[in-house]
Amino acid sequence: MNPLTGYLLLSALLFSIGLAGALTRRNAILVLIGIELMLNAANLNFIAFWRYGPNPAALTGVMFTIFSISVAAAEAAVGLGIILAVYRHAKTTDLDQMNSMKG
Amino acid sequence: MTPETIDQIFVLSKGWLLGYVLAALQPIGSAILSVVPVLVVFPLLFAITTVLERKGLGRIQNRYGPNRVGPYGIWQPIADGIKSLTKEDIVPRTADQVVHFLAPLLLVLAAFLAYAVLPIGKNMVITNLNAGLLFFFAVGSMVELAVFMAGWSSRSKYSLLGAMRAVAQMISYEVPLVLASIVVIMASGSLSTVDIVNMQATYTGIWPHWFLFTPWGFAGFILFMIAATAESNRAPFDLPEGESEIIAGYYIEYSGFKFALFFLGEYLGMFATSGLAITLFLGGWAAPFSFLTWIPSYLWFFLKLLTLIAAFIWARGTFPRLRMDQLMGLAWKFMLPMTLLNIFTAGVWHFMPTGISRWLVCTFLIVAPWMLLSRGLKQRKKLQVRTYRFAE
Amino acid sequence: MTVSFLILAALTIAGTAAAMSLRNLIHCVLTLTLGFVGLAMLYLQLGAQFVGFTQILVYVGAVAILAVFAIMMTQSVGPHVQPALSSFWVPGSVVASAVFAVLAWAICSGATSVRTPPQHDVSVNQIGDALMHKFALPLEIMGLLLTAALIGAVILAMPEKKGEQ
Repeated sequence: MNPLTGYLLLSALLFSIGLAGALTRRNAILVLIGIELMLNAANLNFIAFWRYGPNPAALTGVMFTIFSISVAAAEAAVGLGIILAVYRHAKTTDLDQMNSMKG
Repeated sequence: MTPETIDQIFVLSKGWLLGYVLAALQPIGSAILSVVPVLVVFPLLFAITTVLERKGLGRIQNRYGPNRVGPYGIWQPIADGIKSLTKEDIVPRTADQVVHFLAPLLLVLAAFLAYAVLPIGKNMVITNLNAGLLFFFAVGSMVELAVFMAGWSSRSKYSLLGAMRAVAQMISYEVPLVLASIVVIMASGSLSTVDIVNMQATYTGIWPHWFLFTPWGFAGFILFMIAATAESNRAPFDLPEGESEIIAGYYIEYSGFKFALFFLGEYLGMFATSGLAITLFLGGWAAPFSFLTWIPSYLWFFLKLLTLIAAFIWARGTFPRLRMDQLMGLAWKFMLPMTLLNIFTAGVWHFMPTGISRWLVCTFLIVAPWMLLSRGLKQRKKLQVRTYRFAE
Repeated sequence: MTVSFLILAALTIAGTAAAMSLRNLIHCVLTLTLGFVGLAMLYLQLGAQFVGFTQILVYVGAVAILAVFAIMMTQSVGPHVQPALSSFWVPGSVVASAVFAVLAWAICSGATSVRTPPQHDVSVNQIGDALMHKFALPLEIMGLLLTAALIGAVILAMPEKKGEQ
């Protein structure tokens, strides 16, 4: 088992932990945190492939990760703004109670 | 003993001591020998600063400082240390025990980590990271989390309020802090602190090449120092911990040794940002004139550090505290545009030919917006004529 | 599979698993921060210094604090205000385990060579060069995106005017 497989397995495990959190938790903020975790797992994938890949001098993995971190930070800010706006309207962050558009 | 030997005495003694270590343990031994002096010297400096600050503040406020414990009160830190070590450690019953315990540890850890990239003398840096400046700012941003942990875990309204204000203030002032150091990165072309100092350690005639002696460097230094004062929650930006406003803010429920750790963390953060200001703008360990290079480099660093600490103490005793909205307004409405204009001015400086014209253009580019901004941001209040009524 | 990788991996997994399963939301964010720091150290071990420090600066210094502020403002802290798990948690966990199983099978059965290329130390100069020449367009688009996100977040979180109820 070479190091690349180890990093990829770790990244897959982090991704599925984030996915489990995003799918099973009731609070909206925790779902957002789960999404952040999934993005982080993908970043780890990028860096692992950059390090053990064929052409590290092209810096593609590092660049992609830098842009991914910026996008994730912006998305966290906007997502939390949305959660605040919804909380102001519905007075709760419980996702099970936000079913007014259902059916 | 030539001046070079005295200058490099710590480097040479470390190399001599490493000769006695086994070859397999060399990396660990080298790391320990580099780190232990920093762990010893800066808390010692903290102890000296506490007594200097209290004496200095006392004199500014027309009173003696502490003068009981030793001649002129110099053994006061020992008394303070004994007091904080032997005081009872009270933790509120409803407080979050784990987070309450970890908050001062995280603060002190983050403050100590920042010293890893400061060059204290020639060839005397713990690690020469390629992205050293980014490491410093990354570690500095961990302090905010520690402050929030301290305030929230105490489950007290005053501490939570103080923590929220402190975190908001620190986040707001982190932006001008980083932007003010970008001009130095632009001028030196490197994020490594050692490279930045080496670029400033040369002389034309007797004048040094410090970045302070350029228009953008001077403005950047002043903006950096204001932002550093706000980052360390020092006066005049100490509303989150003001003793007369909300008692003690986020460390109100801490007593004894943990309170001392908070104090230590705050002062160490102040020293670290002063050290970074010295590295970026004041030439690090370089002497001010070329005929003074026989004085060892580490002595110059500590001399400059003590000067900046004296300036901090002076500012604390002189200025009144800023209100929260004034504080935030200063960060976002004044310092952010000024730092962005400073970056533009540094670019103009780089591309203009050397001579008096670029001095005039760059100085104008900084002074004119400063005047316009400060005039424009003044609150126009129509104040009535003061009348006095005496009790009869 | 060095010892340092195993320790850091264990730290990261512990932090993130705790983040997704604790009841107290602030504890969730604090353990998540531990996971982020573990990830940053993994990046440093892989030789990406700039990315590792940026991860600490952005995630620990900004995203975690943002999450904490949002938790404070939505008052989701308190003695068990709501049940922790959603009513659809069984299908959710099944899906997550299935995803992990498929990914792990794909990784372990993929053809990967055994040789390890030598460490390539990337300097910040090279990153700056790449940003200015090869990746200039993504950089400009990122600036536009961040401006839009900044303005959008401020507008979303602004309190509504009382007269428009």
